[in-house]
Amino acid sequence: MTTILFRFLIGGLVVSAFAVISDILKPKSFAGLFGAAPSIALATIGLTASANGTHYAALEARSMIAGAVGFFVFVMCVTRILLRHKIEAGPATLYSLPFWFVVSFAIRYVCFS
Amino acid sequence: MSLQLDALRKTKPSEYALRFFIGGCVTVATGLIAMKWGPVVGGLFLAFPAIFPASATLVEKHEGKSGGQGRSEKRTRGRRAAGLDATGASIGSIGLLIFALVVWRLLPSSGNTAVLIIATLVWLVISVLFWYVRRRLPRFFFARLLKRRTRTTEYSRSSHH
Repeated sequence: MTTILFRFLIGGLVVSAFAVISDILKPKSFAGLFGAAPSIALATIGLTASANGTHYAALEARSMIAGAVGFFVFVMCVTRILLRHKIEAGPATLYSLPFWFVVSFAIRYVCFS
Repeated sequence: MSLQLDALRKTKPSEYALRFFIGGCVTVATGLIAMKWGPVVGGLFLAFPAIFPASATLVEKHEGKSGGQGRSEKRTRGRRAAGLDATGASIGSIGLLIFALVVWRLLPSSGNTAVLIIATLVWLVISVLFWYVRRRLPRFFFARLLKRRTRTTEYSRSSHH
């Protein structure tokens, strides 16, 4: 339980820190870089490496490559929806989320199974 | 590139709390998924767009409020700002991929903290570099295109005379 709470606090802090950096930067296209910051990875990998060893954490990082490709496809879809169609950001991100799952898991099964 | 510190005042405490909560939940969930299905599946979620939907919605809301005349114009302005934010995130995701690559290759042989610091710096440098190149590239191409067009026009004019 303590580990879960610790993870929650670290994750919340790291994600909030990157979100604040993104808020205060201009132009928005530059601030957007911090929307793809490795916040979850920074909060998780250190803890995982100390609990399960560096090889276990390295395996997670290898899978993260597939997740990052999925992230790229996801944000490209969001960009296209927002700039070409009259759909708001909330629904646009929601409609694009399945692309992250499909691309990430497809790469995971093709390359890392 | 500039800092806009008054943006901090625009964000409500509840919006900060929401981001903290989402960040915490996704970090816990990633750990639990890795425990249940192993590091290969768990690792995918290290690049899960956890905070991006909340951030894009906030950008749209704040930028929509800050300018524009009518309701429709405000909405378009907000949507465009969120679109630009997403464009930046697409560039940042290339850096995210390189971050993962650096951690994967270096972590088994080097220290934990050092690898994370190096990988974060690599993410930052790659992302900023790609952002800069993307910003400059269209101008470079347009300048060449314009030059070529001017040359063609001049040539056709001289051949007519």
